[in-house]
Amino acid sequence: MKMSAALSFAARAKADAGADVFVTLTIAGQRCGIPVGNVRDVLREQAITRIPLAPSEVAGSLNLRGRIVTAIDLRSRLGLAPAATRRMSVVVELAGELYSLLVDEVGEVIGLPKGGIEENPSTLDPLWRQVTRGIHRLDGGLLAVLDVARLLDVRPAPGH
Amino acid sequence: MDDLLADFLTETGEALAECDTALVRLEQAPDDNATLGQIFRLVHTIKGTCGFLGLPRLEKVAHAAENLLGRFRDGLLSATPERITLVLRALDVIRLIVAGLEKAQAEPEGDDGALIEALDAACRGQDAAPAMAVPAAPHEPPADQGAADGGVAANTIRVHVDVLEDLMTLASELVLTRNQLLQLARREENSSFAVPLQRLSHITSALQEGVMKTRMQPIGNAWAKLPRLVRDLARDVGKKIELVQQGADTELDRQVLELIKDPLTHMVRNSGDHGLETPEQRRAAGKPETGRITLNALHEGGYIIIEIADDGRGLQMDRIRAKVIANGLATEAELAAMTDQQIQQFIFRPGFSTAANVTSVSGRGVGMDVVRTNIEKIGGTIELRSVAGRGSTFTIKIPLTLAIVAALIVEAGGERFAIPQISVVELVRAGAGRDTAIERIGETPVLRLRDRLLPLVSLRKLLALDQPTAVDAGENYIVVAQVGPHGFGIIVDRVFDTEEIVVKPVAPILRHLTLFSGNTILGDGSVIMILDPNGIARATGIGTGRAAVAPPAPAVVPSIERTTLLLFRAGDATPKAVPLGLIARLENVARDRMEHAGGTTVIQYRCRLMKLIAMPGIDQAAATQSVLVFADGNRTMGLMVDAILDVVDDRLQIERSADRPGLLGTAIIAGRATDVLDAGYWLRQAYSDWFERTDARRDPHARPRLLVVEDSQFFRDLLAPLLTGSGYEVITARNGAAALRLRDQGLMVDCIISDIEMPELDGFAFLRAVRQGGAWAALPAIALSSRTQPADLATGREAGFTDHVAKNDRDAVLAAVAGALRLPQELAA
Repeated sequence: MKMSAALSFAARAKADAGADVFVTLTIAGQRCGIPVGNVRDVLREQAITRIPLAPSEVAGSLNLRGRIVTAIDLRSRLGLAPAATRRMSVVVELAGELYSLLVDEVGEVIGLPKGGIEENPSTLDPLWRQVTRGIHRLDGGLLAVLDVARLLDVRPAPGH
Repeated sequence: MDDLLADFLTETGEALAECDTALVRLEQAPDDNATLGQIFRLVHTIKGTCGFLGLPRLEKVAHAAENLLGRFRDGLLSATPERITLVLRALDVIRLIVAGLEKAQAEPEGDDGALIEALDAACRGQDAAPAMAVPAAPHEPPADQGAADGGVAANTIRVHVDVLEDLMTLASELVLTRNQLLQLARREENSSFAVPLQRLSHITSALQEGVMKTRMQPIGNAWAKLPRLVRDLARDVGKKIELVQQGADTELDRQVLELIKDPLTHMVRNSGDHGLETPEQRRAAGKPETGRITLNALHEGGYIIIEIADDGRGLQMDRIRAKVIANGLATEAELAAMTDQQIQQFIFRPGFSTAANVTSVSGRGVGMDVVRTNIEKIGGTIELRSVAGRGSTFTIKIPLTLAIVAALIVEAGGERFAIPQISVVELVRAGAGRDTAIERIGETPVLRLRDRLLPLVSLRKLLALDQPTAVDAGENYIVVAQVGPHGFGIIVDRVFDTEEIVVKPVAPILRHLTLFSGNTILGDGSVIMILDPNGIARATGIGTGRAAVAPPAPAVVPSIERTTLLLFRAGDATPKAVPLGLIARLENVARDRMEHAGGTTVIQYRCRLMKLIAMPGIDQAAATQSVLVFADGNRTMGLMVDAILDVVDDRLQIERSADRPGLLGTAIIAGRATDVLDAGYWLRQAYSDWFERTDARRDPHARPRLLVVEDSQFFRDLLAPLLTGSGYEVITARNGAAALRLRDQGLMVDCIISDIEMPELDGFAFLRAVRQGGAWAALPAIALSSRTQPADLATGREAGFTDHVAKNDRDAVLAAVAGALRLPQELAA
């Protein structure tokens, strides 16, 4: 809960400065950003109920203060090997539904200049390109800006 | 929007709908003063309010309409259809203006001069009174007419639907929280919280029930626009149509109500436009000129049944056939192999419309497929019955509410799931060494349950959960579920408690998973998926007969009940089928146990001799033989076949063939042409000489004589041998009329067993005739029906039936007959 309060505070502070504000996270060593406007909460590891026959990207569902949230494993979504460590998740809202995006780690909230985003390099892996809006160059490395709607566009697994 | 204006719009909308209905009623009964008064008041209120709100255009139209209505009311003019049409036109203009108001919050531009002139002319024209002499509209409705339908308004308030929806959500959440608290309290004995918690629990339940009630609305609300629609339709297409509404006060959840409104409207329109004939055609067919569309709604279990019936020409088979071929949905040869029922199902295909001309009314190709999709979306079903020249009936079955359900919590493969209690019939514990054990036919697990074979579905397998090494071999629980007329068992690992759950829809990305109807949060706070027994039945082929491959035949034939069928092979390659309900057991009999005596084959079976009959052409060389065991009364008979193939649910629609003894005919089952076994024939093969033996010990005249009245040859063939086999003499009649003829010929019987739905004279009418006098007036009578809801039972009792049993339940039929005759019941061990 403290985290979400901090989020909204940071968001307000930085949005004023004419910048895009992102929640940063790490997936398999890659730093990514999600527009802060999509983010509702950040969670530590949660008990997740498995959903049989669901697409493989769907890790299950969890109870967030009485609401049912569908958990999407971003490693699986991006075709990466499953994580060995305990996972954190970022809760996002899309069309009135809550989804929790399982990532390796959630970082800080940063504001980046609006014009600073660059196009995806043409050689970017197709799975990544599908969900990446563009790239920001940071001092410490690159930040892939993820598109929440596209992340959640999970196609039913074949056969079901 | 201005609150005042918003209220006005809502009220006017309601008033207009009410006016439409009332005007149509008035047209049929022009002297109905109460209706006239009601219409007058409604229009008057509209006029008065818009004057107050400063809406001059609306006021002028309403005023002119009111004047004409005033003339009707004062008896100066009679309400002819022409004049009513004029008033209806005025209402349409009012509606138009109101719609404009809603959008722009100002009256739309427009000239109503012609309409107002016409209304005024109507006022003047007939009685030559000058327009100025129109009496001033009274400002208060006359007291005597007001009493007829006032009153309700004083006890009701208008609440926005959103408020109710929020309340419902809150009540649901409260139920969940209450459940969590109860679960916590259970762990602590002697807690001082126990008593207040109990009270909280009761209040929560009461609150939940109360909130549910606020959502219930009479289905008549969804029908309100139909009389007007039918009237206009009748004028447009030059037909005479009467709309009959039954059960309009049947209540259902408004959410459901909203969802069925459009499909209903569409279907009524279809009935009027396509179903009913023109007056000339009807006269030529010897029917009354006025066609009839009947709407009927009733509660049945947790469902509401809505019927839309017309007495028109029925579906036009030749047109459907032509269209099917034109659209390439099937070839001529394929059609030739289909029954009328199967061909009728094509109307549920997308883009299928047989109207020769696209009229303004219907026939635009958005039709029954959309209707079916919409109804299935809310967990409902739609069935069609059509008789050429007699009309068509659509039957819709939908759940009453979509909100809170009791559910059984089970576990399979380490995961917990909820199964809605409504479809759970019983729980059975099965395991090695118990009386009930899971057996297999081919790959299909089945359970013998009280002399029935129940198809089983392994939840673990179905959901692709982890498979422990010993698959289904150890202790298992079987949740016996009922979907429509079909029972099946769901194999689970463990069974927990039942809990009240709030069904929440799953996230959109999971909507394609048809095995789940939703998800919920349990008392312990964990999320759990809710299984949909309908989905399970569909996925496994129970109740559909289309499990794996799509059959070439059209997908569903909903108008005939599905039957669980055992498929087997005997002699030739054509699969054979027999209703599973007729079979007591399946056995593999070792060849060396068979004994032959005097041309018959017997084995010792459960300390008795069981006669074995071989189907022609079967292979009798193998060491063991598959045998279907039929048991009736205390006799058993084994039918030897080559191999058991499968258990499927399908609609049994038999193309009869006369020349093949032992087979009733052919049916398409699970997409394949299948021979249907004439069980009666084979039972007679075994019983004919058994009778001589048993009867030798009894006075043949002492055998009670039963009259079976049943229109279906199939059921007569099933029942007759069952009953003769149990020591009764059986006389059959095709319908009520035929049975009464037997009575008049002087036939005496001991008990009547009658089907309900029969042509010519149905079961209820037949029994009423029996009870009215004659030799049979005091006989016990058993109603045989697939409908065993309390309402049906009541109608049956009223008609004079002494008992009521389900058609497919052999044991119940025997028990009922025995009960009726006060004979000790003999049942197989």
